[in-house]
This record gives sequence, structure tokens and C-alpha cells, in this order.
Amino acid sequence: MISRRDFLKNAIKGIAGLSIPLSVIEIASPRKIFALNDVKAGVRWAFLIDTHKCVGCGLCVKACKTENEIPYDANVTRTWVERYVHLKDGRDFADTPKGGRDGFTTSKIDLGEGHYQNIDEKDIDKAFFVPKLCNQCENPPCVQVCPVGATFQTPEGVVLVDRSWCIGCGYCIMACPYGARFFHPVLHVAEKCTFCYHRVNRGLKPACVDACPFGARMIANIKDPGDPVTKIIMTERVNVLKSEYGTKPQAYYIGLDEEVR
Amino acid sequence: MVHGELWTVKELFVLPNEYIYWSIQIVMYPFMTGLVAGAFVLSSLYHVFGIKQLKNMARFSLVFSFALLPVAMMPLMLHLQQPQRGIEVLMTPHFTSAIAAFGIVFSTYGIIVASELWFVYRKHFVETALSLRRKADKNPLDQVKHLFFSALTLGAYDVSEGALHQDEKAVKILAGIGIPVACFLHGYAGFIFGSVKANALWMTPLMPVIFIMSAVVSGIALCMLTYIVVMEIKKFNVRRAQSSASNLPTSEAIKGIELNEIRITARYLLFFLLFAISLELLDLIFRGYTAVKTWDILRSVIYGKDFTDIFILQYGVGNLLPLILFLWPRLTIRRALVGVIFVLFGVFMMRWNVVIGGQSFSLTFAGYMHYHLPIIPRNWETFKEGLAGALMVAATPFILFWIFSKIFPVFSQDAEELP
Repeated sequence: MISRRDFLKNAIKGIAGLSIPLSVIEIASPRKIFALNDVKAGVRWAFLIDTHKCVGCGLCVKACKTENEIPYDANVTRTWVERYVHLKDGRDFADTPKGGRDGFTTSKIDLGEGHYQNIDEKDIDKAFFVPKLCNQCENPPCVQVCPVGATFQTPEGVVLVDRSWCIGCGYCIMACPYGARFFHPVLHVAEKCTFCYHRVNRGLKPACVDACPFGARMIANIKDPGDPVTKIIMTERVNVLKSEYGTKPQAYYIGLDEEVR
Repeated sequence: MVHGELWTVKELFVLPNEYIYWSIQIVMYPFMTGLVAGAFVLSSLYHVFGIKQLKNMARFSLVFSFALLPVAMMPLMLHLQQPQRGIEVLMTPHFTSAIAAFGIVFSTYGIIVASELWFVYRKHFVETALSLRRKADKNPLDQVKHLFFSALTLGAYDVSEGALHQDEKAVKILAGIGIPVACFLHGYAGFIFGSVKANALWMTPLMPVIFIMSAVVSGIALCMLTYIVVMEIKKFNVRRAQSSASNLPTSEAIKGIELNEIRITARYLLFFLLFAISLELLDLIFRGYTAVKTWDILRSVIYGKDFTDIFILQYGVGNLLPLILFLWPRLTIRRALVGVIFVLFGVFMMRWNVVIGGQSFSLTFAGYMHYHLPIIPRNWETFKEGLAGALMVAATPFILFWIFSKIFPVFSQDAEELP
């Protein structure tokens, strides 16, 4: 028969003994182990867009919709192409009908509500196309505002959405200054560009990069100084969108006009 | 169909993914939480600051605040795309998000209101339970009532002078803690909007304060409205019963109490209303004066597209008209009734202009979005995020109040002695 005194003594000893290995486990956090063993520790995906090369064909939008199963005719898209026209009389126009999916085949500008603006080629000072996608911000406001932590940043800097956890409140959509997010029309959860995370992790390029016939879209591992695209970002004069929000966007642009927002 | 496409019309250069994602239910959410917070603050004016004239109103607004409480969550659930996961906000909160604070603030506030109510009505519970216990031939309904009220006493049957004094003290402390918590409950609703840096109209540190002030205004207005309606029904009943019983108070006596109560409450309403208007105008003037990059599009929305909603409906009908009505000497019940309805409408329009107005321009600053509220519910989505859903949310607190008033006597004569 064990006495009460012995029972308490042994219990304390047991707990003390157990707590030592427990504390060891706590120090080695899974995140740290992951970082140590991760072969891709030196990866940070970034994007480079050369606006001079974009002709507004819309093949990138088509490829993205197919690759990422965004219903083809739904009026939302992970990536899109904008057209800007600056006229000699100082007026500016811009549009992105269906996200530029079908290419810009007419010189008419879509004004919404079924109205169009005819533009005479002779009146144009400058006109250009700007492809857009998620900026995979270093300081993403969408991740900050998610009330349940369903959206998160991967070690490679890509922001993803856990479709099984998203409650569909739309706060992340509101928080994104770039309009990159939307509700998936079928799954009814927040949806966004992932730089084709499932492809880049396997050594492939994002669908839009592969689809672009003019090389306007490029993906870079910005932590690898030997990466040819990283070299361009480091040596050329590049710009980012809406830096005033402090989001540290990681989609870099060559030839970004002041008019583009 | 993409969520939001049904009620959004785009004009000029709008990004492909932009829609009015936060619709009528997100207008209802700050409106309803505002009513909760406002009603509670009104009741605390009596309990904490001892403003004796508000005694009747205080007890009533506390019960009303409790009835409004569950309704604050309703618009959120109706708005979520995955409502079955809504509970995760409480279970797995991600604390960098303003919404994640909801669970903690909301439940803290709920506990405070519930325990304050219990202390206020403890004597009533005990007396009801004891009288039912003494009753010789209890029918099944009496038995259920007896069980229910006995449970409500939580076993504390002591209603001596000293015990009741302790109750009073507890009420005072709870009401005192409740004021900052109520302000936090609503201030954080303002923070949810004010902290969205991507939205040029929402982002201002004044947003939580503006929300709190307009919340108190709307809460007081709703309590006054309901008080008037209840008292009118009472007068009507008295007039009908006058011939049979002579010991009842006359309708003139009730009217006297009613008018007195309304006139005093109206003073507090005016005070908070002026404060709220000043803050909103300060915000507007400051934006125009500093005129940063976003002002061009904001000006075109505020002074152009939304002029009627902001200046005619919100400031005109919702603020200026009630100010005139209340400041005019010799306030009557009828004038007060019209005034509070306008005030409630004005606060609703303010929420509308913040939530819908904030989404009525594009992130490109070169395009607009127009919101068309779904009136006829054609499917589940147009029901819950349409007029029908909003009306359902608006009606629920009154139904709950009616149920609660069966448990907590709000106006009856024996309620006079309660703290």
C-alpha cells in the first residue's frame, strides 16, 4: 500500500521528469525544423512584367482561367490586362472588358453600362497595356485582416487561401488595394492568384508566363542572385504598384506609367 | 453568377474583380450593434450617474439592449458565404484581424448585460417564484413558470434590505464597466472600416468615434420610439378599461409621465446628436482641406453621385430636421415621435453612406459602382442580402423584446421599487 506522502512525492518527481523532455520539444518548434530541412529555404517568388512587350492578346487570362479552374465566363479573374489610352487633348481612358480575356480587338473603349467610346487613332498620344495579378505582398493586408487565419503567406512569399477554412466574410477582398481578390463563383470562398504555386513548386512556370507569346511576364526567385529575371529586377529601373500602402508588393513593372493605379 | 454581380452596376474604369461585396447586411450590422450600445449607454446614465428622471427609461432600455444583442450577430451570419464556419471566428480567432475581437468583446458585453439584468430583476424573480410556490392548485403552466422563475433566482432568495442594497451596488458597478465595453463593442465596428487602408473613404482614425456617437444617438432614439409606442398602447388600454376599474391611473397621468420622460431623454439625444454631426463634418472638411490624391474621386462621390443620400437624406432629413423639431420650444409627444423616426433614419443613412458609399468608387479612382438593393427575393441570395433579409433583422429585436418583457416587467407598477 502506497502512502499519501509517497504518492505525492512520486507524482511531483514524475511531473518534473516529464516536463524536461517536454521543454526540449517546445524549443524545437516545427517551424524551425521546417526551415532547417527545407531545401527551398532560399526561395522568394517575385514577378516581373515588361509592359512594353504586352500587346493585349489576353492569352495569359485564358491560360490562367483554364489552369486554375475559374469558370471561363464568370466575370472574375485571377489575372487581367488593362488598356490605357492617353489622347492629345489630355483625356485619359482605360478599360479591361472581361479582364482582357478575349484580347483588345477593337479601338472602342468600354465605358460600362453598355456604353463605348470611339477613339480615332490620330488623336492618340500614347496607348499601352498593363497585365495585373496578385502582388504577393511582403506585408499583405489580406492576411492581416482574415478573422480566422484562412489566408496565409507561404515561406516562399506566396499568399494562399485555405478553401476548407475560409468563412467568406470578404474582409480580405476589401483590404486588398489591388483588387486581386474575389469570391470563387462555385466554391464561394475567397480566391486569388497564387503565382501558380502548384506549378512553380515543381519547377514549372506559372500558366500565364508560359502562355505569353511575347515574354512580357516573367517569374523570379528574388533570393537567387543568379536568376536571370532577378538580375533584370536588380539592374533595370523597375517600379511597383501603389507603394504608398506599405504593402511591399512583389510584382515589378518595367515601363510603368503614372496613369496606372 | 459571381457574388455581388447581381446588384452591382459598373461605370467607367472598374477592375474586373470589383463588386459591391459588402451589401445591405453590412449596413445593418453597425446599425444594429449601434442600437445595442446606445440603448445600454442610455440605461447607464441612470444606473451610474444617478440621473433619476431616466429611471423608467433605464430599466426599459436595459431590457431592450439585451433583446438587441443576439440580433447584432444575425446580419453577419446572413452575409457570410460560409455561414456554417462562422463559429470559427470565436473558436480560432486570428488576432491581427479586427473582426477576431468580435467573440471576446461580444461575449464580455453579453455577460455584463445579462448579469446586470439579473441584479435588477432578482427581487422580481424571487417574489414571482415564492408566490407561485405558495399557490395551492398549480396548473401545468404555473408549474413550468414556477420552475423557470426558481431557476432564474439561481438559489439566491434573500431579498432583505441589505441584500437588495448589495444588488444595487452590483448594478452600478456592472453598468460602469458596461459603458466602456459597449463603446468598445461599437467602436471596434468602426475600427473594422476605419482600418481598411485600401478604401479611401473608410480610412480615418475618427471612424470608431463617429460610430460610437451615432450609435448612442440611434440607441436613445430607438428607446424613445419604443417607449412612446408602448405608452400609447397603455393609454389606449386604460381608456378602454376606465369604466370598469377606477383605481387605474388615468390616461392623463400616464401622458404626464410619458411627456416628462421624453423631454428629458430628448435633451441627451440632442447632446449626442450634435457631437456626432460635428465629428462627421470635421471628417468631411478635413478631407476637402487636405485634398490628398484620393480627394478627386471622393469629391465626385460625395458631392455628385451620392449627394442625395448624404446631404439630403442623411444630413437634411436625418440630422437637420430632427434638430429643428427637438429644439423648437414645448416639445410634444407627436413631434418627438416624428423626430426620433427621422433620427433613426439618419443614422441608418449614415451607415449606408459609409458601407455602400465606400464601395461606390473603384480602386482605379477612375470608375464607379452603383448598388441596386434586391427588393423581391428571387433566390436565397437575394433574400438574405436584400430588402427581405434586412427587414427580418430589423424586426427580430422587437419580437425578442416582446418575449423578454414577459420575463422582465418593464413598465408594470410593481416594477417601480426595483433598482
